[in-house]
Amino acid sequence: MTSPSAIELSHVARRFVTPSGDVLSALEDFDLAIAPGEFCAIVGPTGCGKSTTLGLIAGLAKPQAGRVTLFDAPVDGVDRRVGFVFQQDAVFPWRDVLHNVMAGPLFRGVGKAEAEAQARDWIARVGLKGFEHHHPHQLSGGMRKRVALAQTFINNPQVLLMDEPFSALDVQTRELMQEELLQLWAQAKSAVLFVTHDLDEAILLADRVAVLTTRPARVKSVHSIDLPRPRDVATLRYDERFIAIARKINDDLREEVLRARAGH
Amino acid sequence: MAETAITKPLATEIPVESLAVRMRRRARLVLALRLAVLVVLIAGWEFGVRFGWIDPFFFGQPSGIVLKLIDWFQNGTSIGPLWKQIWVTIYEAGAGFLIGAVFGVLCGIALGRNRLLSDVFSIYIKVANSIPRVVLGSIFIVALGLGAASKIALAVVMVFFVVFANAFQGVREADKNLIANARILGASPWQLTTSVVIPSALSWILASLHVSFGFALVGAIVGEFLGAREGMGLLIATAQGSFDSNGVFAAMIVIAVVALLAEWLLTTLENRLLTWRPETNAGE
Ligand SMILES: Nc1ncnc2c1ncn2[C@@H]1O[C@H](COP(=O)(O)OP(=O)(O)OP(=O)(O)O)[C@@H](O)[C@H]1O
Ligand SMILES: [Mg+2]
Repeated sequence: MTSPSAIELSHVARRFVTPSGDVLSALEDFDLAIAPGEFCAIVGPTGCGKSTTLGLIAGLAKPQAGRVTLFDAPVDGVDRRVGFVFQQDAVFPWRDVLHNVMAGPLFRGVGKAEAEAQARDWIARVGLKGFEHHHPHQLSGGMRKRVALAQTFINNPQVLLMDEPFSALDVQTRELMQEELLQLWAQAKSAVLFVTHDLDEAILLADRVAVLTTRPARVKSVHSIDLPRPRDVATLRYDERFIAIARKINDDLREEVLRARAGH
Repeated sequence: MAETAITKPLATEIPVESLAVRMRRRARLVLALRLAVLVVLIAGWEFGVRFGWIDPFFFGQPSGIVLKLIDWFQNGTSIGPLWKQIWVTIYEAGAGFLIGAVFGVLCGIALGRNRLLSDVFSIYIKVANSIPRVVLGSIFIVALGLGAASKIALAVVMVFFVVFANAFQGVREADKNLIANARILGASPWQLTTSVVIPSALSWILASLHVSFGFALVGAIVGEFLGAREGMGLLIATAQGSFDSNGVFAAMIVIAVVALLAEWLLTTLENRLLTWRPETNAGE
């Protein structure tokens, strides 16, 4: 416990007031800590509060109770060390790919030539070479996600938040992107918090998988994934150890999803 | 119907060319029908007058309007050369449009970005918007005189509120995700405004510019109507004063041409600025 956690949430609560005036509790007494360089995945029933959690860490919203810290410092507004790949499309539709990827460095005061050189490098790394001057509406959903990845990685975030980044992709593209992500992460050494609906994806990628309860979300259980790295995304899911882990977490998760169904 | 649909499995094999040919044929048909409607209307009007069903004293006569236009172009109007009148009105409407649009955009963005300002001023904007602003023309004439200034002021007022309301709305509608993304990527509030809020409000703003050039023209012409030494509005008022309905219609046609030209210019500008947009199914 000497080195500080990259991300730490302790006793965090986040509540919304619904249009009808009721209080809707998304998070309640939520505890989670992620070490620097660790890849942690979050799974949980839909609508339980996963995106809300990421929003708190990114400083886009404030908790009503509890503490959110990055490297032991409380989060107060948007932090420069954080990168966020959103669940929804969030690339700028009026900028072409190059200028979308350049956005971060330019906002942060990097010179134009330098930003462009970095952007071209990242565009090549996510496999979009040749599409520099396409606008988002001319790209496929998967390509737009890669733009979002390049846009985020170019800022070299120490804390990387990803909200179901691959859920809209077909299985093959998703595998490619997962592999790319693991490679990028291996180089960047950032702490990753990765939200997904897909348990297999969580196990394939993460060091630890946290299962959340139904709303109000709490961490139900955390599972360490002791599978060796580098992992082969295409074949690992047929490995016996993988299957054993998946079965265990799946039981946990199913219980919550069923509870969510029954409760609403 | 159902039968023909079912017994046409070959439809999928129709080459693309024939589809294109069919579309072109349809476009030509539409054009021909449009021309036909115009011809029928104008011919009906003209013959209605010739056969005595329509009184040309009140409703004019197409051939008379054409002759009037030719006369104006060749010999000038009763208040001076036609080009001068057109230019004066374009100048007043254009200046009013520019000033009103610039202020409208600036105020709309400033208020849209600032919660407190918008809460305080939104009520006054609503009130101001519900007042028939043309009435202000009388005040402007009294205060600013018969020259161009009073017409420009009226055009500004007409344009400002439309552009302002749209810019404000456009800023408010800016995608929350894009704003969150830009903030995470490191944008300062000013950068957020210039590189996310304004681009996303741009299609709203440009849409309002389309409507509001028409308003600027109305402002200039009404202003000239109320009191002026030159301009298309005065030309109409003079024609009205001498019971010259052909003159009124001829002036109307000239103004319509000006409005259409401005519309075309604005559309060109819009297409330039919004190249990033996916091709929408262009209405026509
Ligand atoms: N701005 C808001 N106002 C009111 N309620 C909100 C707001 N944002 C989220 N919620 C509520 O909080 C709960 C959690 O939302 P959240 O988006 O975090 O879910 P999620 O776990 O990401 O779901 P999914 O897996 O479907 O993306 C939901 O019930 C949602 O209705
Ligand atoms: Mg979500």
